Amino acid sequence: MKRSLMLTRLKRSVRLGLRSLWLHRLRSFLTMLGIVFGVCSVIAMLAIGEGASYAAQEEIKSLGSQNILLRSVKPPEEEKVQGRRENYILSYGLTHEDVRRIEKTIPSVELVLPARVMREYVWNISTRVDAEVVGTFPNYPRTRNHQVARGRFFTNTEMDAAENVCVLGAEMARRLFPLHEPVGRDVRVGQHYYRVVGVMEARTKAAGAGAEHSGDASSGGSSPAADRMFIPLETARRRYGEVLANRRQGSFEAQRIELHEITVKVAKPEDVVPVSDVVRDLLSKNHKKKDYDVVVPLELLKKAERTKRIFSLVLGSIAAISLLVGGIGIMNIMLANVTERTREIGIRRALGAKRQDITTQFLVEAVILSGVGGLLGVALGVTIPFVVSRVAEMKTIITWGSPVAAFTISALVGVIFGLYPALRAAKMDPVEALRHE
Amino acid sequence: MPVPIVQLDQVHRSYRMGDEMVYALRGVSFEIAAGEYVAIMGPSGCGKSTLLNLLGCLDRPSSGTYRLAGDDVSSMDDDALSTIRGTRLGFIFQSYNLIQQLTVLENIEVPLFYQGREEGESREIAQRLAARVGLGHRLGHKPMELSGGQQQRVAIARALANDPRLILADEATGNLDSTSGREILALFDELVAQGRTLIMVTHDPAVGERAHRIIRLRDGLLETDQRR
Repeated sequence: MKRSLMLTRLKRSVRLGLRSLWLHRLRSFLTMLGIVFGVCSVIAMLAIGEGASYAAQEEIKSLGSQNILLRSVKPPEEEKVQGRRENYILSYGLTHEDVRRIEKTIPSVELVLPARVMREYVWNISTRVDAEVVGTFPNYPRTRNHQVARGRFFTNTEMDAAENVCVLGAEMARRLFPLHEPVGRDVRVGQHYYRVVGVMEARTKAAGAGAEHSGDASSGGSSPAADRMFIPLETARRRYGEVLANRRQGSFEAQRIELHEITVKVAKPEDVVPVSDVVRDLLSKNHKKKDYDVVVPLELLKKAERTKRIFSLVLGSIAAISLLVGGIGIMNIMLANVTERTREIGIRRALGAKRQDITTQFLVEAVILSGVGGLLGVALGVTIPFVVSRVAEMKTIITWGSPVAAFTISALVGVIFGLYPALRAAKMDPVEALRHE
Repeated sequence: MPVPIVQLDQVHRSYRMGDEMVYALRGVSFEIAAGEYVAIMGPSGCGKSTLLNLLGCLDRPSSGTYRLAGDDVSSMDDDALSTIRGTRLGFIFQSYNLIQQLTVLENIEVPLFYQGREEGESREIAQRLAARVGLGHRLGHKPMELSGGQQQRVAIARALANDPRLILADEATGNLDSTSGREILALFDELVAQGRTLIMVTHDPAVGERAHRIIRLRDGLLETDQRR
């Protein structure tokens, strides 16, 4: 009974508030704009930030959160030596010995996946694609969490027999065979032909960037991202030997690298960090030079999350400031409103309105201003990321929490900044208020 | 013996105006019985308005007591006074004091709203009262669209909304032409005839003549109290 009475009262206060705000449409609208822009910028910025960090996290996740990636890196001091002696064969990097050591000494390791990476042109008749030819084990898809889309990966038998089979990356498959199904056809690398047995599934752009990163070891340069073609490691060893000559750059340059990459898959996610420490330790004991690099995607992921938190914090402060400014706008206009309607306040008090009734009336108006402003801001804030992702082709993610939070805060701003003018209205002496012109 | 509706006992009211203390009322005592029609008169600055504000529970005496129908109003808090204004008193002002953005009907409903009456019920009461003051055909109009006399009639209807025992009128005819003024005074006579108590402040002797009793103030003190 009492509740329903309060509800009808509130309903009437809202109606009354809407009416008096409508009386000063332009003023109300301009006041609202502060909140509209505040809320809208919060949502839009968060959506864009979330999208960017999602892309970054996807990239890291594509490396496998249970993996530790080891890469061969040209040791810096060797570069000077190379500069003096042109025909020097550089020997560095990870070895099969490393693979064996890791497999034997670290118990919680599930898989160790070695890979050699050669930068090559891959041909189909006269179509050429710049690619990374990766010699690896048959369990690559499982370890790197990158599945075969069509056909199959090569098998252990093909591996042992060093057969000329290959699995193409999705992008290069599309470019080499625009019209045909590549599975069952041949591609040429150098003088050798490889039978295509499968095509990997496409990765996101971000994941492609990850591949670029791992390509550094093979070419030692900053060549653009290349798609990967997978062949059995044994085949790679037979076809290429241990010495790789870089034919792309002006002078002859050869490197002896046993393995370019080793992927260590750890059985349990919680073991990743301790195992990575052991691996680092193990490698530093057996390598005189720092000719390798250890990447732990899980650590990167944590770093990315930390960055995102800071980013959100900065956005949050900007949002808080803009909503504060919006709130001050509301307070300003409500104070003017109260002064303007002093006489009305006096009349209402004479007719039986309690202080609380007056407070409610003005508070409701302030909350309507901020609430409607908040709603408009949410509508605009949801639209902007949509447009941005269409026009700029940036990924944006609107988490359901951000519009809800932005709206709630804007309504609260109305309460907080509307309270002082409302209390001031309520505190007026009815006699004075009635005398006001 | 019935309890008088108004009992003032040695009521003082002083306030500070700048550096000076103003003694608006300096010990006023009188009683008004239920059903009386009283005019309060006197020169400007004699304390008429202050007295009316006190009687209307918009203000509290600095000292002395004011009993409204036996209840000591001088010691009540703000909320209680608001309730008294809303339920037992009706106000009629010189400048009508209607709320401009509300319609005739809504203006009459304002006191009902603050007493938490249901919407349907209050609408019904407001319509009946509007009809009674002769404005049944103007319910949807805004105050600005009405003549002064019509506006004052809306104000009377509003004063009657909660069926108060005591009605306070402050120069109710002061802004009106003589015809409209006569109509308003005729309405007052009707209200008194129905048994309501009416206290009006006026400086117009012709208006004061209509009342059954004239209280004259001078310099914050009761000068004369004539019954006719």
